[in-house]
Amino acid sequence: MTPDTIISFKPVLVCLVSLLAVIPIVLLGKKPNLREGATFAAGFIKFGLVVSMLPAILAGTKIEFTIWQILPRLSIAFRVDQFGMLFALVASSLWIITSLYAIGYMRGLKEHSQTRFYSFFAVSLSATLGVAFSANLFTLYLFYEMLSLATYPLVTHHQDKEARTGGRTYLTYLLTTSIGFVLPALIFIFLKTDGGMDFIGGGFLRDHIGATEGLVLVLLLTFGFAKAGLMPFHSWLPGAMVAPTPVSALLHAVAVVKVGVFCIIRVYSGVFGLDFMADLDLGVIITWIAAFTVVTSSLIALSQDNLKRRLAFSTIGQLSYIILGMALLNGNGATGSMMHIAMHAFGKITLFFCAGAIFEATGKKYISQMVGIGKRMPITMAAFFIGSLSVVGIPLAGGFWSKFYLLQGTVADGQYIMLVVLLVSSLLNAAYFFPISFRAFFCKADDSLFEDKVDEAHPCAVIALSLTALATMVLFVYPEPFFSLADAAAQEFLNF
Amino acid sequence: MTEQAPVLILLFPFLTAIVVALVGIRIKALCWPLVLLSLASSVWASLSTLVRVLESGTIRYKLGGWEPPFGIEFRIDGLNALVAVTVTIVALLAAIYSRDAVLTENKDKVSQYYTLFLLLIAGLLGMVITGDAFNLYVLLEISALTSYALLAMGNIRATLAAYKYLIMGTIGASFYLLGVGYLYIKTGSLNMVDINEQLVVNHLEGSSTILVAFILITVGVWIKMAFFPLHAWLPNAYSFAPTTSSAIMGPLVTKVMIYVMIRMVLTVFGPNYAFEVLNWDNVVVWLAVIAILAGSIGALAQKDLRKMLTFLIIAEVGYMVGGVWLVDETGMIGSIFHIISDAFMTLCVFLFAGIIYTKTGRRDINAVDGLFKKMPLTMIGFLVGAFSLIGIPPTAGFFSKWYLIQGGINSGNWEYVVALLFSSLVNAVLFFRIIEVAHFGVKPAEGHDAHHGDHHAKISEGSMTQVLPLLATAAIILSIGIYNKEIVSIIQDFVSQFNLVAGI
Repeated sequence: MTPDTIISFKPVLVCLVSLLAVIPIVLLGKKPNLREGATFAAGFIKFGLVVSMLPAILAGTKIEFTIWQILPRLSIAFRVDQFGMLFALVASSLWIITSLYAIGYMRGLKEHSQTRFYSFFAVSLSATLGVAFSANLFTLYLFYEMLSLATYPLVTHHQDKEARTGGRTYLTYLLTTSIGFVLPALIFIFLKTDGGMDFIGGGFLRDHIGATEGLVLVLLLTFGFAKAGLMPFHSWLPGAMVAPTPVSALLHAVAVVKVGVFCIIRVYSGVFGLDFMADLDLGVIITWIAAFTVVTSSLIALSQDNLKRRLAFSTIGQLSYIILGMALLNGNGATGSMMHIAMHAFGKITLFFCAGAIFEATGKKYISQMVGIGKRMPITMAAFFIGSLSVVGIPLAGGFWSKFYLLQGTVADGQYIMLVVLLVSSLLNAAYFFPISFRAFFCKADDSLFEDKVDEAHPCAVIALSLTALATMVLFVYPEPFFSLADAAAQEFLNF
Repeated sequence: MTEQAPVLILLFPFLTAIVVALVGIRIKALCWPLVLLSLASSVWASLSTLVRVLESGTIRYKLGGWEPPFGIEFRIDGLNALVAVTVTIVALLAAIYSRDAVLTENKDKVSQYYTLFLLLIAGLLGMVITGDAFNLYVLLEISALTSYALLAMGNIRATLAAYKYLIMGTIGASFYLLGVGYLYIKTGSLNMVDINEQLVVNHLEGSSTILVAFILITVGVWIKMAFFPLHAWLPNAYSFAPTTSSAIMGPLVTKVMIYVMIRMVLTVFGPNYAFEVLNWDNVVVWLAVIAILAGSIGALAQKDLRKMLTFLIIAEVGYMVGGVWLVDETGMIGSIFHIISDAFMTLCVFLFAGIIYTKTGRRDINAVDGLFKKMPLTMIGFLVGAFSLIGIPPTAGFFSKWYLIQGGINSGNWEYVVALLFSSLVNAVLFFRIIEVAHFGVKPAEGHDAHHGDHHAKISEGSMTQVLPLLATAAIILSIGIYNKEIVSIIQDFVSQFNLVAGI
């Protein structure tokens, strides 16, 4: 018999590791190999700590730690549960691979200010894990804001005009929504509940607010966490594509955007409670908003010629799958939604790695310039194909499972329109991804824009993207521990 | 010695002012150490007073042993003990910074400058700790007269700006004096607590003389704190002044006037009179909303760094006036907490502006061109202050907003809530504009490989006396945020005796 909760310093340590890693990274700024060594050391320690908590979490135990009581009845506190663990595993494991990739990419392109780059990368990861382990809404907001600010120097890394524009859009969207929407909602909840803001299984708002307040709050919090890219607050994501590709890959396919949906799911499950949302009929509204984003962003993605922008719009759509799944408010929908956080992460990061590798090796950004590139970069384009399989949701890639559960979730409650939405969007996904792979490999010799000679990107980058592609396929055969974590979390959200 | 601490808070700078005036003319180098010594002693005195207040409640210190209400009394409770600590610490930090600035900007008037500087601090501290309404006027004039001179010592345009301030400041002070005169006619007393007792005992709520007194005092104080639309003197006066003058007056003068307003409302007139008899609160909250919007929008229009900051002061004054007139306990707590946090936030950004000016010789925003590389420590200090003004947790500014917005929601003043959020967003724009210039340079390159020419080849980090106070201020801003619960519990003990509508 395992205890229900353990008090442990480990979650704090997980956050601190990457924050403290900034010191050696800055000190070793002149020695790139040692500096990257520090990043890897921090990455492995972080991942090791997360994994060391996994058995306890799988057994249904929660790990808690209160850092500091900052307001009466409100603390900065950590609490690790299955859902947080799922996200932490994804983020911390992919950080290691991304660091490997970043070495290849940044050195290959001889980027400037690499010390700053690795420092803020580490800080961003601290903030991400802080969000994953937050025990209450206040702590969540703290780390959410920290992430917005820590990623700004990464997004604007190139320090040129385009980066300035992208950075402006980035902050405008993220700060306006977090200060304008989330903060007042937060204070309102604080007042209504008299300071109680801890996430609990069935939510804590039921006895405190009425239907109208519920509707306003849910909209404020859903749109307020704009990192989730729900339309019309999505434009920052394509804008943020000016960042170096490792940033786009880890932050804008995994950490930052997933923090957005993570926060929203936390609010639905831990603040409102899924059954309270069902009582107020809030789920239906959210599913429609998400469905609109799913279809529209897929259509926009079709028309993008810049590969990274196409990936960005694809991400916007996929994030809304996650919100849609949770807003179905049933077990399968919730499981699928949370699994999709992991599955989409592995698939999409592979795609971004490939886009970056292509740019690093050939300088090409546009899809129309990539005809016949399969001959030149076969490994990269094979990985790209696997990644797109996963995002479309076709067997042999992990993305199949999350879509499988999402579809079951729509059928379970007879929400057939949402079923159609998901299917149509999958078709659109296929329509904007497969032609890229197809034309890369199968084109007439005259049309090919590349010589018939293998010349891949920096080996670090190639290894990294092969690893994530491989992981995507492994997750199809063996979707653990993500399935167990998502399933257990969903059970807890519904039967508390 | 600690029994005398309340008066020592004020005496250290006051007496040192005389010493500096006498000695400093001969030996310039002694001025700065003397100032530091006296202000450090003053910090000690204010801290030990605060400790005593927390241990044994309100301190009543009778000057010269005369019994109140006839003698002058220093009356120190949780509220002014906190404000006094804030004032002394801000003054000390600004004084540390002043070494290089005064030597470059006013090198032939060092001893005069420091004499005035210390007198200003003495005046401000006196206003904070005195329990006598007329004594407060005297100290108000001391700080006002010294501040005119301190402001006028700036560049060529400072003289006119200081003159305008002199006119406005004198009107404000006269209003206040007139109000106190009317109060004296009706109550026969100048002691703040005694005035309040007389008002209650003699049932003077209906008296039109008292009403006029209240309006005169409030408007007088509003002029001195630059509450919109009575703010016009402030931006020019503060932005053309020597950098030390704006670094000390920007954070302190308006904040001390807010304290005076709160003291008048709560202690002298009493919340019942101020809020219920007059029934002004909605109007004043709307005025505050307009002040916040006007300050924020005014700041957006500025290219001069210090002038932009002065408009922010105007917006912040709106925060605090509005918070008081929300007539809500949490709102009042928020206002008082904001006095403390805003003093340090403003100090932080004004120190930054001063350092930039002494280092680059430029006053416009573009002076920070590419400075993240050249002056990383200065920029870190600035970032903390900027994030606090935007309201990013866990800085002090976030928690001011946290309490003020709660007050707004509690009392149903949604327009105030919206104004606060709007001003946070405008602050974000303002500061990220500076951060952008510091990060990208004024004209970022088109392509991403052709960049990073050295903009200021010669610029480097400022001296220790410039960077340390800035970083210390940043650290204080963070600790105020992290320890806000402890500070707020002191404020709450003070506010709860007035039975405002319950908050928190």
